[in-house]
Amino acid sequence: MLSRLLGPIRSTTGTARWLLVAGVAITGVFVLMALLAPWITPTDFAQRSVDGVKLPKLASPSGEHWFGTNDQFYDIFSRVVWGARTALTVIVLSVLFSLVIGVVLGLVSGYVGGWTDRLLVFLTDALYAFPSLLLAIVFSFVLSNALGGGVVAAALSLTVVYIPQYFRVVRNTTVSAREATYVEAARAIGAKDTTIMSRYLFGNVVQSVPVIGTLNAADALATLAGLGFLGFGIQPNEAAEWGYDIERALDDAQAGVWWPAIFPGAAIALLVIGLTLIGEGLNETVNPALRRRRLQEVVMPARGLATSGVAAAGTADGTEGER
Amino acid sequence: MPTKPEATATAVASDSLFDVEELEVHYDLRGGSLARLFGRDTGVVRAVDGVSFQLRRGEVLGLVGESGSGKTTLGRALLGLVRPTSGAVRYHAGQGPVDIATSSNRELRGLRRELQMVFQDPNAALNPSMDIETAVGHPLKIHGIAKGAELRHRVADALERVGLAPAERYMSKYPSDLSGGQKQRAVLARAVILGPELLVADEPISMLDMSVRAKILELMLGLKADLGLTYVYITHDLASAKFFCDRVAIMYLGRIVEIGPTDEIFASPKHPYTKALLAAIPEPDPERMVPRDLPRGEIPDAAKPPMGCHFHPRCPEAVAQCGWESRDLRVLLEEHWTRRDPAAYEREGDLVGSLDKLDTPAKEATLGTGSSAAEVHQLLDRIRGEDPSEPLWSGVEEVVEGPDGVSVRFKAGVDPALRQSDGVEVACIHHPVSVTLEPARGDG
Ligand SMILES: Nc1ncnc2c1ncn2[C@@H]1O[C@H](COP(=O)(O)OP(=O)(O)OP(=O)(O)O)[C@@H](O)[C@H]1O
Ligand SMILES: [Mg+2]
Repeated sequence: MLSRLLGPIRSTTGTARWLLVAGVAITGVFVLMALLAPWITPTDFAQRSVDGVKLPKLASPSGEHWFGTNDQFYDIFSRVVWGARTALTVIVLSVLFSLVIGVVLGLVSGYVGGWTDRLLVFLTDALYAFPSLLLAIVFSFVLSNALGGGVVAAALSLTVVYIPQYFRVVRNTTVSAREATYVEAARAIGAKDTTIMSRYLFGNVVQSVPVIGTLNAADALATLAGLGFLGFGIQPNEAAEWGYDIERALDDAQAGVWWPAIFPGAAIALLVIGLTLIGEGLNETVNPALRRRRLQEVVMPARGLATSGVAAAGTADGTEGER
Repeated sequence: MPTKPEATATAVASDSLFDVEELEVHYDLRGGSLARLFGRDTGVVRAVDGVSFQLRRGEVLGLVGESGSGKTTLGRALLGLVRPTSGAVRYHAGQGPVDIATSSNRELRGLRRELQMVFQDPNAALNPSMDIETAVGHPLKIHGIAKGAELRHRVADALERVGLAPAERYMSKYPSDLSGGQKQRAVLARAVILGPELLVADEPISMLDMSVRAKILELMLGLKADLGLTYVYITHDLASAKFFCDRVAIMYLGRIVEIGPTDEIFASPKHPYTKALLAAIPEPDPERMVPRDLPRGEIPDAAKPPMGCHFHPRCPEAVAQCGWESRDLRVLLEEHWTRRDPAAYEREGDLVGSLDKLDTPAKEATLGTGSSAAEVHQLLDRIRGEDPSEPLWSGVEEVVEGPDGVSVRFKAGVDPALRQSDGVEVACIHHPVSVTLEPARGDG
């Protein structure tokens, strides 16, 4: 099964592969930062003093504080590294939640059809029509009252934003796959609807979901930072969050203190780029419309001078045909 | 084609497995979304339109007909894969008769152990993301019959029985790794692994390579002998039906027009449609080349079948009682105009006016206007004079000039039911020969 999933990735070449490799490398650095945060940072994410000695305010980058400190006496390097942990946790949770909910709803909606389908399509279309940041703000407002301003609340408010995308894709592929002969064949051997959905449709309708997942990951990060920047996201005492840090740093930046803003900003930009590269790389690989498979070149055995010209012409035609 | 085996088994087992009575399956015609939005009635397709027959235990019954005649739909209705609009599908199961048409989904799921299907397109009948072992063994799992090593063992048996040996080589493969013939063998293995009574085979060889067709048919005959299966074999290929079937039912526009023993039907076809189908088989022996009497015209729309006998507009033997109506007149006029030069067509077309109103099936058709009535009448007489043998004219009761134009009134038609005639049943006004032409089923 795994080799079937990885098959298309291995068969890619050129641009798609480089996009993937670069994306994985960049994202990998952030994943390492997130995993190793407690060991590679000098301070905790909300720590103002080390061994009873207060940290300086707005100290410029130095050997002691690599990225400097900010107006809240925090070590910026620590904030950036801890921020990677926050960002990746929220991204993973929100993508996972929206993926699971969107796929299940889409599968059921597309298979069952009728009024259930119409209602769900209407609701998700309505959600989709909203600007995503606005939707996230509304839900984080509602959810932070219920769950507090933590990582889970932020992830859930992003979940709502991305459910419609999975729903749409899965529902539409299910509607066409439902008519396939193998689905009728499953019914003919006595399979229940739940079995048909889980064993016959699921595996055939989720193929484009991983791509949407990675593309959404980048978007989710930007939305999370936007929420933090506007003050709706994760509360500062709950976790380090880049968007919030940038907002705090704006006034200082105008006064010429550049370091509190530039490092979280760069982190956001880099991680968005890394995730987007993975998404685009996967998209080119998995999406058959864009895919150009690498074909084995047919090497004709040489048959003397008289036929070599013909053989060469044939090879040229062959490569032309591949595209 | 290999030689046909002796048909002795069928003579012994002649009790009935299925009794189908007046079965109708209508599909809702989905109009555009606009039509649905405004709740406009978009009509139905009469895919199966009043079919009655008996399926005997152990026989091979062929369903033969052109595309769209309702063969697949009838086959699916036998298995309860489509809900009939009306009628009964009585299955004589081991534990007593059941009506498939009214069984609940839960009851049907249980019956699926005994009723199985093989599909036309082997490339589409297997789940592309399920390996062969899982796919073939899934029926056993679904019905809770076997699991684990036992399941694996039975799958291997089934695969080897259908010629996919050694089974180990195929079990871990995915459908995309197999050839069309191998896929169809896997589909057969999945269908017989439960030990069913009935196998509906919907054009099982039509999408396969010529080279493997005969082998698959032979395999099916072998399975039938081993497992005591009954087959419904759906095809539009008469040659394979002749080889494979004990009896054949010829279908046209959702009805059975002739049903009987294969030999009888091939030796002396009775229904004009059967005759036309048989004449269309390519004849390998040039000395026996017969004039091809292909049915004229197109297959009519199953949503609005012709009145009277459904076949009459294309029938070379049609007579006055066959159910002539307005749409036939339109076809006649249009055919007439294809033979006229453009100027004459222009003139006559203006005279007659729009033909669209003839599209609503009716026993009376009005052409032209009050003022042009006499001229239209003359035109009709002239067309009639060009080809007086055209059977439509014999079905015309009278042509009268009225205030709205010329009215063509047709005689009442007969919609013939299936009747015994020389060992077969045929739905044609000409059969049986001795019977006088009395209306069997009026058309309203
Ligand atoms: N699911 C459906 N919805 C609407 N109409 C249908 C459906 N299935 C079949 N029909 C219509 O019912 C009629 C009979 O179709 P059916 O598939 O039974 O014919 P067939 O004899 O099997 O033809 P073929 O040889 O092409 O397979 C056709 O007019 C077809 O368009
Ligand atoms: Mg069919």
